[in-house]
Amino acid sequence: MFITDAIVENKTELENQIFLLKLYSPEISRNIKPGQFINIRASENNFPLLRRPFSVCDVEGDYFFVMFKIYGEGTLYISRKQNGEKINVLGPLGNGFNLNDNSKTALLVAGGMGSAPFSFLTKIFSDKKEIHTFIGGRSSHDVIQYGLKNIYISTDDGSLGFKGNVIELLKNKINNFDKSELKIFACGPTPMLKALKEFALNEKIECEVSTECGMACGFGICQGCPIQSANDENKFLLVCKDGPVFNVKDIII
Amino acid sequence: MKNLSVKIGDLVFRNPILLASGTVGYGNEISEFTDLNKIGGIVTKSLSLKPRKGNPPPRVVETASGMLNAIGLANVGVEEFAKNKIPYLKKYDTHLICNIAASSVEEYVECTKILTGEEKISAFEINVSCPNVKDGGLEFGNNLSAVAKITESVKAVTNKPIIIKLSPNVAKISEFAKVVKDSGGDAVSAINTLVGTAFNIRTRKPKLFNVRGGLSGPAIKPVALAKVLEIRSKVDIPIIGIGGITSWQDVIEFMIVGATAVQLGTINFINPKASELMIKELEQFLIEENFNNISELIGSYII
Ligand SMILES: Cc1cc2nc3c(=O)[nH]c(=O)nc-3n(C[C@H](O)[C@H](O)[C@H](O)COP(=O)(O)OP(=O)(O)OC[C@H]3O[C@@H](n4cnc5c(N)ncnc54)[C@H](O)[C@@H]3O)c2cc1C
Ligand SMILES: Cc1cc2nc3c(=O)[nH]c(=O)nc-3n(C[C@H](O)[C@H](O)[C@H](O)COP(=O)(O)O)c2cc1C
Ligand code: FES
Repeated sequence: MFITDAIVENKTELENQIFLLKLYSPEISRNIKPGQFINIRASENNFPLLRRPFSVCDVEGDYFFVMFKIYGEGTLYISRKQNGEKINVLGPLGNGFNLNDNSKTALLVAGGMGSAPFSFLTKIFSDKKEIHTFIGGRSSHDVIQYGLKNIYISTDDGSLGFKGNVIELLKNKINNFDKSELKIFACGPTPMLKALKEFALNEKIECEVSTECGMACGFGICQGCPIQSANDENKFLLVCKDGPVFNVKDIII
Repeated sequence: MKNLSVKIGDLVFRNPILLASGTVGYGNEISEFTDLNKIGGIVTKSLSLKPRKGNPPPRVVETASGMLNAIGLANVGVEEFAKNKIPYLKKYDTHLICNIAASSVEEYVECTKILTGEEKISAFEINVSCPNVKDGGLEFGNNLSAVAKITESVKAVTNKPIIIKLSPNVAKISEFAKVVKDSGGDAVSAINTLVGTAFNIRTRKPKLFNVRGGLSGPAIKPVALAKVLEIRSKVDIPIIGIGGITSWQDVIEFMIVGATAVQLGTINFINPKASELMIKELEQFLIEENFNNISELIGSYII
């Protein structure tokens, strides 16, 4: 884990209110894995006070990328950073996706900003397995395809791709794949992960999900980010330290 | 070389900076960032007799220059602590203060008894002020005779110093400090978090599962300073000042109003190197202001 000032190399507005930041930091870039996250200090003052967690979206040499949507004050402050400015980051944090499994095909399933960690995962998996990506959003403006491959899209309003949610879309397409060789990697809102867990367990498909929770520290000292363990009723796991990526079998969503 | 050390009873701290309960776990994660050998001491997460699972999420939410937490005293319990956490902490030459939370006088006594034989523990900090659990917690912290009883009872089963951590959620905190002193307590910590809440205006639901939580961070510093000053001006007992410290200037301010030492809490989440970084600055301040010993600042306010 490092605490370091990353320097904004470039900022792109991918969609209205959705930004991609390219940040220079050899410490973070050389050590972070897909599915891990960093905790960003949005301001040097006491407001916003706590750091904000973001998945690593991609890595290129000494640069890493963060993709985010303006949600409240913290993300608004971060979106105002200009090229050359410093951003204090703490990371790499948490456990990322399992990169050593031997499935032949990876299905990446994302809801909204849940596509953020998948550019990096796609890059790492590219020469190892076949990748298909399912993205769902409320409308076409929520569907970010940056760095993704073989994309299937769903929108709630039907403005792009299949009209409906991404799990329905996945159900429609699942028979195109050989289930014994599949593994699902997912990131998105809790209702989506919940539906996905049920689907994956029914279909007996291995599935890892990246979860979210309000956090104060991001590295295990505040106990602020519990998620119920599926294996021990008396135990909460910590999203920041035991996750954010879990095998769906290990957590109650 | 300026002297940064301070004394509470017979305990000598190399400097007045300690890390607050619940904001550093049991030391292992924070030690990746801060050299624990450089600071005055570390206070553990509140320990109870049996492990506690804590409250469901959401447990934390940010508010203006502060945060609310309702962790619900999630902890590993005293036995697991003694078996698996103390060995790690033994590697460090720093004071280990063990914080205890319980739902009955008997449980406080039992926890203290189990841990008092541990050589590494320098002192106990008794949490009578947790706002986030149903049983015990604030019920004790609000009740003068309960605080007296707990102080006396734990004092009777250990030779180690007893620090009582006081609640700010009372009308007169100095009355509680007086009771601690009269019951044989060695010091008080002030303050624990202030009871607060936050609601989502769209859903009209609370932002914490527990509805209410404890407010910490820079937002509470003026309240904490006033409580320390109140105790200092009314009761002769060492005070460990806590609440909203984010800079070395805050440390000095707490000492001026009467704190012998301080604890850093919420800032550890934002900058886990903060404690170590402040130490150099404290020394620089003593040079600039012509003090030889930081202890000269304690209660040095001019009103
Ligand atoms: C591991 C992890 C990875 C993430 N990766 C990304 C990403 O790549 N891109 C992206 O756009 N967003 C991501 N998020 C969400 C992002 O952290 C929030 O959008 C951001 O914190 C909002 O901050 P704000 O100040 O703008 O909003 P505000 O509304 O001002 O503040 C949000 C506050 O709500 C709290 N909170 C409560 N519940 C949640 C929750 N379920 N999720 C997040 N915060 C919550 C936070 O602790 C924070 O203090 C991630 C979250 C986590 C936990
Ligand atoms: C997430 C969190 C957990 C806490 N847990 C405990 C605890 O277990 N026992 C205790 O005595 N105080 C606990 N506290 C209170 C702190 O030790 C401290 O008194 C308070 O946060 C005020 O200091 P600060 O403003 O520097 O954070 C906790 C505080 C926070 C923020
Ligand atoms: S956010 Fe602090 S323990 Fe997970």
